[in-house]
Amino acid sequence: MHVFETLRGRTRLRLRATPGDLAFEGLSTFIALAVVGLLVLITVILYLAAAESIRTYGLGFLSGSVWDSVSQRFGAAPFIYGMLVTSALALLLGVPVSLGIAIFLSELSPAWLRIPLTFIVELLAAVPSVVYGLWGIFILGPAMRVYIEPGVQAVLGFLPLFQGHPIGSDVFTAGVILAIMIIPTISAVSREALLAVPDSQREAALSLGATRWETTRLGVLRYARAGIFGAAILGLGRAVGETMAVTMTIGNRAAFFGSLFEPGQTIASQIASRWLDAVPPLELGALIQLGLVLMLVSLFINLFARLMVGRFLRVGEGAE
Amino acid sequence: MRFLFDRDTRRRWFDVIMSGATLLCVALALLPLGSILFEALVRGAPALTPTFLTQSSLMGGIANAIQGTVILIGLTALVALPVGILTGIYLSEYGKHRLGGIVRLFVDVMTQTPSIVVGIFAYSFIFELSLLGFFPPPLVFSVISAVIALATIMIPIVARTSEEALRLVPTSAREAALALGIPRYRTILRVVLPSCASALVTGALLGIARVGGETAPLIMTAAWNNDFFNGLDQPIAALPTQVYRFAVGPSLAENRAAWGASLILVLLMLSISIASRAVIRLRAVRR
Repeated sequence: MHVFETLRGRTRLRLRATPGDLAFEGLSTFIALAVVGLLVLITVILYLAAAESIRTYGLGFLSGSVWDSVSQRFGAAPFIYGMLVTSALALLLGVPVSLGIAIFLSELSPAWLRIPLTFIVELLAAVPSVVYGLWGIFILGPAMRVYIEPGVQAVLGFLPLFQGHPIGSDVFTAGVILAIMIIPTISAVSREALLAVPDSQREAALSLGATRWETTRLGVLRYARAGIFGAAILGLGRAVGETMAVTMTIGNRAAFFGSLFEPGQTIASQIASRWLDAVPPLELGALIQLGLVLMLVSLFINLFARLMVGRFLRVGEGAE
Repeated sequence: MRFLFDRDTRRRWFDVIMSGATLLCVALALLPLGSILFEALVRGAPALTPTFLTQSSLMGGIANAIQGTVILIGLTALVALPVGILTGIYLSEYGKHRLGGIVRLFVDVMTQTPSIVVGIFAYSFIFELSLLGFFPPPLVFSVISAVIALATIMIPIVARTSEEALRLVPTSAREAALALGIPRYRTILRVVLPSCASALVTGALLGIARVGGETAPLIMTAAWNNDFFNGLDQPIAALPTQVYRFAVGPSLAENRAAWGASLILVLLMLSISIASRAVIRLRAVRR
């Protein structure tokens, strides 16, 4: 036991605190509590600013399907739907790839490749979201329209989800961009989860004659599944709040969509694309109310993720 | 043909296929990164003329946006670094009981708060204050409002990275200083902080890299400005918002400019990211 811990602990021994000590501890405690207060302040301010909208639309705001500043009717349902669909798509595409990356980096990669590859994958997180958006408009969007979406349609076109004429600036493209953007988060956190698996797990499987893949699947993945699940939820948290890249690629149509090849809107993209043109006070208030919904959703997701990842979760380099 | 269906052969092949699949996943992730860097370079480099780099966006350049980004990052760091580091000090040095755990939880959650929500917050905060008579209403689109937004994003990041930096310092170093009769706060300021200075710098750089690329909160608070910085109470240009405006602009010249501006932005962000690594590596080498 360190003396330092003991001094602060249950024993009666105490360092004599100088006035400077008291002042400094007081200051840092005050600042830390102020930072916590900031989160409370954000919630309160959002609530205050949306108060009129909340009074006018109440809970019906969540189920309303029209966004019309002329008739002053505002509903969030198409955006919640858009957020759920794009995030689900992002997870569907992003989690397997991220998991593959994490497995390669922690289990299979030759040692000399490990550090540079980890670094390069994390660079994906250093690219600003507006640059992803630009790339989405001019490179990914056209590629989706000409190659990928017709290709997907050829295979899965019998599903209503993949019908219609591919336009490239649609929900599917936004989902793909989101998948790319959450890869560094999910792969970094699941890699940490895999690295935390004790080697005895691997040795046990190998000694039973398992191949490398069987070792990974039986000995490592199963052991780390809570951490991997938490990593995916953390990626979900990123996906629901991502704004610019989605705003620039999703096509910005404030309505429900039946096919992934139609334009849509998420909560975040609706706020960003309407913000500067919003008609105060009611439309602006409604946008702020949308922001409040987004904040509560992401708060819930992130608390859940934290619970799942437990000690694996860190503000890691590039895991942002 | 029988050997293909032999159980052990099948297992070995499956092993090879799955290993190949994980490698394919790495390639899949590198593809967009490579494409983004390649396109930014190929499409952006021709746009980087002297006029483009020295004129304001009024004349089709990005000099005002570069200046704006530097000012915003500077002011934000000025607010967020002291607050963030002090919070980190609290978390690492004082907050070892239940209250510390609560603070850590909140700070963690804050690092994950969508940046657009923070943008709305900064806007609404200024707006509500102006209703109370503190500010004139136009201040909602201003440098002040943008710095509030960016600092709110940066503080929790710096707090957590500083906490981890401080935890790198062995307890024995603290004990040694305390045993010499040095007061606790001087121990922290003169012994603990200096010995993890490089890790603190890494944390600061990570925070800067994060806010430097933020776009959504800036659209909502800094809005745009075609001119150079002209007051803390005025809208201000910034590289990310300029990329967005160029990108959604109708003309081909603007689209080219978008790639030019994003090349500068990407180079800036990547070099900060890489610099933060270099600092960590440096420390590792020195020890």
